[in-house]
Amino acid sequence: MTSLTLVRHIRAQPSTVFDLLSTAQGLTCWWGPDDLPVLSAEADVRIGGAYRVRFRTADGLEHECAGEFLDVAPVQRIVMTWRWMSGGVPEEKDRVSRVEMHVRPEGAGTELTLIHGDLHDAESEASHRWGWGGALDKLCGRWAVAD
Amino acid sequence: MANYSDSPLDQAFAALSEPSRRAMLLRLARESELTVGELARDLPIKLPTVLKHLNVLSEAGLVHREKQGRTVRVRLNAEPLKAAAEWLAPYERFWTQSLDRLVEVAEAMEAAKTVRGQ
Repeated sequence: MTSLTLVRHIRAQPSTVFDLLSTAQGLTCWWGPDDLPVLSAEADVRIGGAYRVRFRTADGLEHECAGEFLDVAPVQRIVMTWRWMSGGVPEEKDRVSRVEMHVRPEGAGTELTLIHGDLHDAESEASHRWGWGGALDKLCGRWAVAD
Repeated sequence: MANYSDSPLDQAFAALSEPSRRAMLLRLARESELTVGELARDLPIKLPTVLKHLNVLSEAGLVHREKQGRTVRVRLNAEPLKAAAEWLAPYERFWTQSLDRLVEVAEAMEAAKTVRGQ
């Protein structure tokens, strides 16, 4: 299984960070790959509770992801399932991945670690590394032009 | 060593995990076609190593090799890269940009709290 891990060092208290992760209102402040407002967010943040977020990307397309909370430990971590939705139903029934967000005090601030795991299709150790991302983009860009 | 039970996507990722191989692919992306000698010339590695890397790239379907007389010409085949990028890019982009925004928002909130003397 492939996983993606990202770490951020934040000049804010863990409780501030956790609130942004654990409330629907908080999620709407940052969720989504482009600097666009979230279209809707629902989150019943408790173990077994569901969430659903709809957002738009810069290409004008709307996306929706949803899942349920597997673990909620205030000011420490949130673990949830993730699946892409289309018209309210899962796009691919079996493609459920897992998102872990770990919040840890770090000096006067917070270290946030995000792990998006159980990503399917590419299981090689190599894909855990992200150093080649830029090169890959470049190559694909050139390929698109050449084609 | 290539593992033949791997999916094409796995092979592409494995091939991309090595800096020399990435350098070779980028070079091939710039020039439409190169001989093995031309490809090896600008790399700080010896020809046998270049040939080994070419085998890995070829097994991953990332390059085509064609023998013309005594020279072997190499061309990029970016199709597997496109599959790899298409599959991973949404997640990388999603989380990188979402978390960057989260950092901004959290720090702004914290700064506001400090100003209010909380």
